[in-house]
Amino acid sequence: MDTDQLIRSLAADNTHHAPRVGAVLTMALLVAAPLSILIFATFLGVRPDVMTAMHNPFFDMKFAVTLSLAIPAIIVSLHLSRPEALLRGWGWLLLLPVGLLAVAIGSEAMMAPAMPMTMRLMGKNSRVCLVAIPAMSLPLLVGALFGLRHGAPSHPALAGALAGLVSAGLAATLYASHCTDDSPLFVATWYTLAAAFVTAIGALVGSKVLRY
Amino acid sequence: MRGREDEWTGLMRSAMAGDDAAYHRLLRAVTPVLRAAARRGLARAGQPPDQAEDIVQEILLAVHLKRHTWDSEAPFAPWLFAIGRNKLIDALRRRGRRVFVNIDDFAETLPGEAPEETASAGEVAAQLNTLPQRQRDVLQSIAVESASIKDTATKFSMSEGAVRVALHRGLAALTTKLRDH
Repeated sequence: MDTDQLIRSLAADNTHHAPRVGAVLTMALLVAAPLSILIFATFLGVRPDVMTAMHNPFFDMKFAVTLSLAIPAIIVSLHLSRPEALLRGWGWLLLLPVGLLAVAIGSEAMMAPAMPMTMRLMGKNSRVCLVAIPAMSLPLLVGALFGLRHGAPSHPALAGALAGLVSAGLAATLYASHCTDDSPLFVATWYTLAAAFVTAIGALVGSKVLRY
Repeated sequence: MRGREDEWTGLMRSAMAGDDAAYHRLLRAVTPVLRAAARRGLARAGQPPDQAEDIVQEILLAVHLKRHTWDSEAPFAPWLFAIGRNKLIDALRRRGRRVFVNIDDFAETLPGEAPEETASAGEVAAQLNTLPQRQRDVLQSIAVESASIKDTATKFSMSEGAVRVALHRGLAALTTKLRDH
């Protein structure tokens, strides 16, 4: 087939309209979310003392941190689904949860400690955290990768890593309502490890499946 | 250069609004530029330039299937050249070449340098034969015999909608096969 012939067939297909990447990503995450919620409801559940926990600013802070990861990651992943897009100028959005955590750690350090620092850092749930966040991320990661496949990222591994951050951020939001460890030191250590693991898987799979 | 790129952006806006003729013109206008850039990239990698047409066709297919990622408020050329670069890099990698990305291969095409010719390429033609019968028939009819959607529908006793579906699926399948082969 010569190139003019190919062009003719492409022009004939111009009536086909694909939805925007944002719409496909949203749909895919909405389809995946019930699976993650099912894992949450089956194995974890909301912590029993949630009503009193809500009066603890460090409990609320966990959601601010996880959502400040998930939402900017969605925005940046959509930006990077355009072939000409660069991370430059957008990457700082991904530092929001880091900044929030730093502020939280600082304010906790200024208060009279209820527990020694090592106990706050190690918590009681570190192992559950390391398993639960990746497990609940998995359906969301598949959804995010499926949605981003509709785009045309120039750096598939980077786009895959962002899919990992999106799913880890959302899964960590669920997990935060289960976990009784509220210290920002715990969050900074174990949530970060779990999210890094999911992000690495996202990058690895993304480098294969997000090529267009 | 500026004028040419503004013209492309205008054509692409019309194309996205449903103007098939504008889309056809746009694809014909960008092809010589892509061809020149592909040749330059191949030459830099020490590859024979006769593979350029395969790369051009792969770029055109990607442009077509990913055009919903173009922001109609943004200029068209940077988007196009980004896809061109990615496809050139992919093609060189598949040939086992170490790739030195040179941004300028696509961005700095000099006017008048681009050869106005249409060349045949082997890879799309070869992959075409692996498509399901119906998709292949429809693609052949529209591309090679330049039949309209309507005539193609009559010829194969299909509805026009079915022809459109087969055409789109055929192009999408071609793209996947080219990427993964």
